Amino acid sequence: MKKILISIVLANLLVACASEKPKEPEAAPAPVVESAAPAPAPAPVVAVDPLNDPTSILAKRSVYFPFDVSAVQGDDKALVEAHAKYLSEHPDRKVRVEGNCDERGSSEYNLALGQRRADSVKKMLILGGAKESQIETISYGKEKPVCTEHDEACWKLNRRSDIKYQ
Amino acid sequence: MAIYVLRGLVGLLLLVQASIAGAAMSIEIIGAGEHQIPVAIVPFGGDANLSQSINAVIVGDLQRTGLFRLIDPVGKSPHEIADVSYPDWQVRGADALVIGTVAVQPNNRIEANFRLLDVVKQVQLVGQSVSANADQMRAVGHRIADLIYEKLTGDQGVFSTRIAYVNKEGEKHYKLIVADSDGYNEQTVLDQSEPIMSPAWSPDGSHLAYVSFETGHAVVYVQSLYTRQRMVLADFRGSNSAPAWSPDGKHLAIALARDGITQIYLINPNGSGLRRITFSGAIDTEPNFSPDGQTLLFTSDRGGSPQIFTKPVAGGPAQRLTFGDGNNFSPHYSPDGKGFVFTHFVDGKFFIATQDFQSGQMEILTQGGWERNPSFAPNGKLILFSSEARGRGILATVSSDGRVQEHMFTQSGDAREPVWGPHL
Repeated sequence: MKKILISIVLANLLVACASEKPKEPEAAPAPVVESAAPAPAPAPVVAVDPLNDPTSILAKRSVYFPFDVSAVQGDDKALVEAHAKYLSEHPDRKVRVEGNCDERGSSEYNLALGQRRADSVKKMLILGGAKESQIETISYGKEKPVCTEHDEACWKLNRRSDIKYQ
Repeated sequence: MAIYVLRGLVGLLLLVQASIAGAAMSIEIIGAGEHQIPVAIVPFGGDANLSQSINAVIVGDLQRTGLFRLIDPVGKSPHEIADVSYPDWQVRGADALVIGTVAVQPNNRIEANFRLLDVVKQVQLVGQSVSANADQMRAVGHRIADLIYEKLTGDQGVFSTRIAYVNKEGEKHYKLIVADSDGYNEQTVLDQSEPIMSPAWSPDGSHLAYVSFETGHAVVYVQSLYTRQRMVLADFRGSNSAPAWSPDGKHLAIALARDGITQIYLINPNGSGLRRITFSGAIDTEPNFSPDGQTLLFTSDRGGSPQIFTKPVAGGPAQRLTFGDGNNFSPHYSPDGKGFVFTHFVDGKFFIATQDFQSGQMEILTQGGWERNPSFAPNGKLILFSSEARGRGILATVSSDGRVQEHMFTQSGDAREPVWGPHL
């Protein structure tokens, strides 16, 4: 007796899991109305580009680096990966990654370090699914600082790569 | 009535222009040479009639070296050798005396005749005539100062040479400027809103190579200083920078990021013949040719931090030259090829330093601050570099023994990226 009950329960459960169509409830009789309101027009589909969403991680476009370092740091990996994903999903979009440095080096060494910072972000974007042809890299070295004070509060703002959508 | 007013105005304009041209750079001297040669310079007969005093040029040039003690000639004004009474000058402590005459000839040429006399031995050391077009008065003064300097020190003078540098005014105004070594006769080579870097003189002084960001990234240009025409030398993907001419003028070394990491390449002045010559996986940049053209100095962080390396131009392994604490950048050979000058960064400060190849000993020449971009004058006795004073970027020189320094303030803005030009 118990075995049969269990089987029935199990069978019901199986049916519940495997069924493609949900059990339809009995339809209630349609209410009588004098005049039917016209069906509302379908809501227009507005494509919200996540790039324009100020709350999205994609709104962050700058990657910051410690002194003399060009590898993307842990804190910024999610941001770079998010842009990589966006680029892989939008193969028509292109970015220019611009590398910058603080002032503590020669102009030429800093130009090269800034380039390496830009290329390091590019590599991570490609690993995350972007195509090489979507990414251009350049460097401003220490030539376009956002601040000019001789202190770490300023220097750390300049040690960065900016991702600029074209 | 109107004519008088116009004449007056024109006169005023000329006066103003002269003073602006004169005030191109203000120069302060710090320190003195180990032995200062006492020399008296009597303003030449006719100097007062000139639109520009060549006496001021000669005195200024010699004074700026810190190697001379200028004896005031007040009360005595011999112009001819017959008028010279040596005891007058011996009693004032002068070892040498300079006298002469100068006049503008009817053909609009300025001619100066001068003599350099040894006050102790009472003999003439130099007697020469120097002439030029009347608009080259300062050049006449510089040439005379060169001759005096050479005779009294034994070294070649550099008063007739030129320098190039970048002046930045505000956020968006950059000018590449060529000027006399004392800052006068500024010539604007490039004037734009995007950064300019790394000017480099061709060996004959006819062209400047430089880096400009005008197209949105670093591109190397070569420009003629005579025709003002220029061409793009290198515009590959990434950054193109750090141009350096070979001493025979037949190629340039440049730093390119085109192959994924900044490396050094050679290229012909017309942009052909590109070939890569460094193959590290690191940053290699700031190449500089030896005077014999066979070897390069450069900056590389292949060892983990930026340091100075050397490598044969024809190929071969690189050798590290700087060791110890700190980072090192921007090497430039001395004209005699026996050593180099560079920027040394340690404990948060930039210093100018030299190093001898044979001994490997580093010598720090400056006090430390924001001292960068050093290059030698063609006589190897002076080093030009960029620095900071009174909150501004300035140019500065230091004598190769570290004893005498000069601060050069441009009229406004921040001066940077200086480089000394060749003898012409």
